[in-house]
Amino acid sequence: MSKRGIVALKILAHAACLAPIAWLLWHLYLSVTSDPTALGPDPTHTVTFFTGRGTLRLLVITLAVTPVRRLIPKLAWLGRFRRVLGLYAFFYGSLHLLTYVWLYAGWSWAAMVDDISQRRFITAGLAAWLMMVPLALTSTTWSIRKLGGKNWNRLHWLTYTAAISGVVHYWWGVKTGVKTPLTITVVLGILLLARPILRWRQDRTALRVQRSEAA
Amino acid sequence: MLIRTKGEIPSSEITPKSVYMNRRKFMAAAAATGLAAVAGESASRLLRPSSAQAAEDKLTTVKSQYSTPGLTLTTFEDITHYNNFYEFGVNKDDPSKNAGRLKTRPWTIQVEGLVKQKKTFDIDTLLKMKPLEDRIYRFRCVEAWSMVIPWVGYSLSEFINACEPLPSAKYVQFISLADSKDELLPWNAGISWPYSEGLRMDEAMHPLTLLTFGLYGQALPNQDGAPVRVVVPWKYGFKSAKSIVKIKFVKNQPSTTWNDMSPNEYGFYSNVNPNRDHPRWSQKRERVIGAPIFRQLQPTLMFNGYGDQVASLYNGMNLIKEY
Repeated sequence: MSKRGIVALKILAHAACLAPIAWLLWHLYLSVTSDPTALGPDPTHTVTFFTGRGTLRLLVITLAVTPVRRLIPKLAWLGRFRRVLGLYAFFYGSLHLLTYVWLYAGWSWAAMVDDISQRRFITAGLAAWLMMVPLALTSTTWSIRKLGGKNWNRLHWLTYTAAISGVVHYWWGVKTGVKTPLTITVVLGILLLARPILRWRQDRTALRVQRSEAA
Repeated sequence: MLIRTKGEIPSSEITPKSVYMNRRKFMAAAAATGLAAVAGESASRLLRPSSAQAAEDKLTTVKSQYSTPGLTLTTFEDITHYNNFYEFGVNKDDPSKNAGRLKTRPWTIQVEGLVKQKKTFDIDTLLKMKPLEDRIYRFRCVEAWSMVIPWVGYSLSEFINACEPLPSAKYVQFISLADSKDELLPWNAGISWPYSEGLRMDEAMHPLTLLTFGLYGQALPNQDGAPVRVVVPWKYGFKSAKSIVKIKFVKNQPSTTWNDMSPNEYGFYSNVNPNRDHPRWSQKRERVIGAPIFRQLQPTLMFNGYGDQVASLYNGMNLIKEY
């Protein structure tokens, strides 16, 4: 992939991640100014679901980068998009948290403490967001150098736990019996399983190469 | 108590149903004719009487002393497009899309259990049994959202008297329609069919408990539980069973759908209670449907604001434990 190609695709990636936010802000503006129904009958829920679903989707897309690269070596350049996708996941997650603090808890500490202590889905969601904070903070090239590749990689395993917590948060948040989180769970499951499977395949090929060289 | 800014549309400004339904019928017929050439099958579905057909009947109503004064009504649009009616899908907009297939005529309610004798009531008999009253009630869903709905019906007690239950009847069970032809009954709803709900006899006999046939002065739209449902305004919405086909009088507390599904979340009583929190939703506050986004939140009232009328039903009960 040429340098110009990468730049063009990066612009596209930014546009794709920002377009839903633009849509949301525009409808928020409409709902406050001219059309109270612009965000549907339950605007708080619309915004919550929109930002929450966005977070999980971006997290899953971020986690898909590495397996896809391993599977299709030609697409190695995808690695350059991992950071920006991960940062957008954090951005969406922060908007999701803001929606909760503002529109559900009404900035009330008592309400938040009450929720965190009593409602496990809120605890799981908050945990997921907290896990994403150090990831966002250490996303710079400078941090990678400072921490060293090995430590940085180890720290960034938190992406997995954040994604898992996020999906658990989703399951615990929907009514018992409702199965809407199923799709994202299956996709995440495949992506998590893809890693050991791909590594095992790689090891096996490496072993075969070694053997044939020895012979 | 003024909670909404959106103005209520005076009934005089609403286009009479007969006018726009005629137009719709014409358009549907025209579209169907066009489509018939292309896809013979689907056209027949278009021509089949739809939900709106049954819902267009205007009901003759009288005023009611049990109506809640001073509330701003939720719009007809929101009441009919934001529904929990799992028989037609789990999303809020599913019932409005899918309930058209429900046939509300002919319709009967079977009455059985501890009664003098089994009876079957036809919906048209029920509609004429007592004068239909306009009753504005708060409606609070366990999912922490709320509406204000102008229902039409009469006290369930009137119907129960006609059922002639035996003194041994302590509870009433309501069974909703479960028909895979007229409904979707989706696998991902997670609940078992038919939907079942129940009330203690004194709750069912309370004058606020409404046998409901309509809203906004017209027959219930299918997605709101046509052709007949109950409405228990001081309880979470799921207690108010929709599209009822059977009523049973029983001695022991009947099994009810959500209580069976998850007893620690949904109690048999399920009275609206801001002090008895739910593991998923805070019951202290609620989001007003249709309100502007930054003013959606409002505090939830004990018994949904009907404490003066119903609190005495629960004297001596611990409402935190018996939720």
